[in-house]
Amino acid sequence: MIRLENLTKLYGSFVAVDDITLRVGRGELFGFLGPNGAGKTTTLRMIAGILRPSAGRILIGDDDVHQSPLAAKQQLGFIPDRPFVYEKLTGAEFLRFVAGLYGQEGESIERRIAELLEVFELTSWRDELVEAYSHGMRQKLIISSALIHRPACIVVDEPMVGLDPKAARLLKDIFRQFVGRGGTVLMSTHTLEVAEAMCDRIAIMQHGKIAACGSMDELRRQTAAGNVSLEELFLRLTGGVQVRELAEVLGGSP
Amino acid sequence: MKQPTLRHVLQPKWRTALQRLREERGRGWGRPVTLAIVGAAFWIAAYGVLYRILKYFRGVEELGPLLAAKLLGLVLLSFVSILILSNVVTALSSFFLARDLDLLVSSPVDWLRLYLAKLGETLLHSSWMVALTAIPILTAYGVIYHGGWLFAPYAVLTIAPLLVLPAVVGSAITLVLVNIFPARRTRDLLSIIALGAAGGVVLLFRLVRPERLARPEGFRNLLDFITVLRTPTSPLLPSEWATQAIMSQLRGAFDPLPLALLWTTAAGFVTLGALMHRELFAQGFTKAQEGAERFVRGGFWRWTIGTALRPLPVAKREFILKDIRLFFRDTTQWSQLILLGVLVVVYIFNVKALPLFSGEQIPHFYVTLVSFLNLGLSGFVLASIAARFIFPAISLEGRHMWLLRSSPLDLRALLWSKYWVGTVPLLGLALVLTGVTNVLLKVPPFMMVVSLAAISGLTLAIAAMALGFGALYPQFETENAAQIPTSFGGLVFMMATIVLLAGVILVLSGPVSVYLNSLYTGRAVAMNARMVGAFAVAAGICAAATVVPLRVGLQKMESFEF
Repeated sequence: MIRLENLTKLYGSFVAVDDITLRVGRGELFGFLGPNGAGKTTTLRMIAGILRPSAGRILIGDDDVHQSPLAAKQQLGFIPDRPFVYEKLTGAEFLRFVAGLYGQEGESIERRIAELLEVFELTSWRDELVEAYSHGMRQKLIISSALIHRPACIVVDEPMVGLDPKAARLLKDIFRQFVGRGGTVLMSTHTLEVAEAMCDRIAIMQHGKIAACGSMDELRRQTAAGNVSLEELFLRLTGGVQVRELAEVLGGSP
Repeated sequence: MKQPTLRHVLQPKWRTALQRLREERGRGWGRPVTLAIVGAAFWIAAYGVLYRILKYFRGVEELGPLLAAKLLGLVLLSFVSILILSNVVTALSSFFLARDLDLLVSSPVDWLRLYLAKLGETLLHSSWMVALTAIPILTAYGVIYHGGWLFAPYAVLTIAPLLVLPAVVGSAITLVLVNIFPARRTRDLLSIIALGAAGGVVLLFRLVRPERLARPEGFRNLLDFITVLRTPTSPLLPSEWATQAIMSQLRGAFDPLPLALLWTTAAGFVTLGALMHRELFAQGFTKAQEGAERFVRGGFWRWTIGTALRPLPVAKREFILKDIRLFFRDTTQWSQLILLGVLVVVYIFNVKALPLFSGEQIPHFYVTLVSFLNLGLSGFVLASIAARFIFPAISLEGRHMWLLRSSPLDLRALLWSKYWVGTVPLLGLALVLTGVTNVLLKVPPFMMVVSLAAISGLTLAIAAMALGFGALYPQFETENAAQIPTSFGGLVFMMATIVLLAGVILVLSGPVSVYLNSLYTGRAVAMNARMVGAFAVAAGICAAATVVPLRVGLQKMESFEF
């Protein structure tokens, strides 16, 4: 469903994403892991069509994101890590607006808005201005907006940030059901437990490259790590932290 | 796929505007009434000046209509120049840096709708002020030349394409610049270019001394004068077409050609602009998200100001250093100093150009009077500068208040640092401005001492009031520091400073009139108890206007919740 072919992104002389090739199939929940600055967000923003790659191409279904952007984006729901919501719109108005951007309107969209607000427990807030929403509520609204047009794939950057445990659980269930019905989810996360529990396959990025990719078992085989947790695998692949340095930084007890 | 309508893409903008209006209405009538009074006063003043000029022109046979057309041509030309500059700057925000772009670009909205929506946004943001200014001007033309009720829609029909053209040109310039430089660097460049150009225009306009052109003896004969008036500034300029369209209608000889030229050119430019957008936007938008790759290594401020401030506690010192660094690293902030420098030069030039020393020797009486009134004017200039640079200081701290409030930094230290960072340069400027103009006016020593002391007291008070009112009316949501002074709080601050200036000048007018009287009669100036009392009251007013706003501001800051 999502294909990245030799994807590269340069910022001046800095290589943010370095010749990545990846295929995420239908009905798959794929996780992107990596330390800060590894290139995850840049990759996701290129998939969403916000950034242009320096080289390579991205296909959503059969549509190239940069050759036929409208057709590609029609199939996509994007949730950025620092989402922007119009503060002076109400939740319902915002969802109606986003649906309109995807060419959808009418009774079916009104029903869909009611349904999504209900699922995310925002019904009583539907006519409140977004500026009154808490961080978690905004996050729920953004997720609703990515689902409003029934996309075939969802690209999401750090989905769990700011969500209460109930909403986080709800989101996990939604994503699982979404892929269960043939949808595709590509998400980046720092929450390793979430990735380990939810993702069918995981790619660990380091310095703009994919250091390892596969299911948990495949990752363990690739790193010859035995039966270790994803956290242990992650730290092995990305260098981890030097305990001695950490002790020095933290200093003695006050 | 069915594309959203342009109205739909623009929906959040107009809904936001409506919501803001509703909120304003909910807050009571104080603010809208104040704004309405200030706006109406400006309109009436602009209308009044134009009405007088046009009435005079109308009385001049033959030359009158030519003069009126020339004036309109110049006004519209300056509008177009201002609009191109402001559209270039606004387009950078709306097309490349706005926070809603991620949402719009990642959704399947086609390039044309995105272009038209953002062009409309750019046009509205950069042109509303010019459009409002044009209303009293065109009304004066309509009234004097008996344009009738139809003139209003006709003028709108003429001015609309004149607003569209600079928006398209400005957006296209920005589009090209962003494709060459990273957006943040482009923003820096643009703010310098825009302010440099604006400053240059002001300076040039003042230095050519347009008042001399009003003297017909400068022309060899009347024919030369008429020829100059008849010649359009340039027949290819849209502002000239708009002038022809308006003047032909007012003269009762409607000519559809200039109007057709305006509309077809606007349509053609929008088409060209859209095609350019299709080719260049995606690449430009990507570049806009790339950093400007600026590495800051220098320790200049630490070595200079940091060393000078060493006796201060570390928190205050670091806070002052932070404010100075932020100011000079933000091009949109320091580049305004260019304009400020130009305005100061123009101000001093105006004083020098006063016809006080032409011909016979003017008595000290007038010089003293001018230098005394100059105090009020300098005070007003300083208040405007304080409104721009000191008033936003607390608002700009808003998003970092969580850090400041959670740190052991005393709010008094914060206010103290902000006060002196703003006051020291303002005081320097005040003393230079007053001192130089006094030297140019050749004022007697008494007036030199009085005006320097008064301007020092006023500066301390004005800076404190700017900070105090800034804390009372914070604008934490505004990202652009330049927009903060134009808020309601900024207006209240300016009004309060006018009251302060008027109060101090009124109190000082006592001793100054005693001095003038003794100059007039040729007697020696006697310092009596009334004079000392007046100076003490003026000092007291300045001291109160310094301490009270700072105290009130501090109390308000302590009540901020985030």
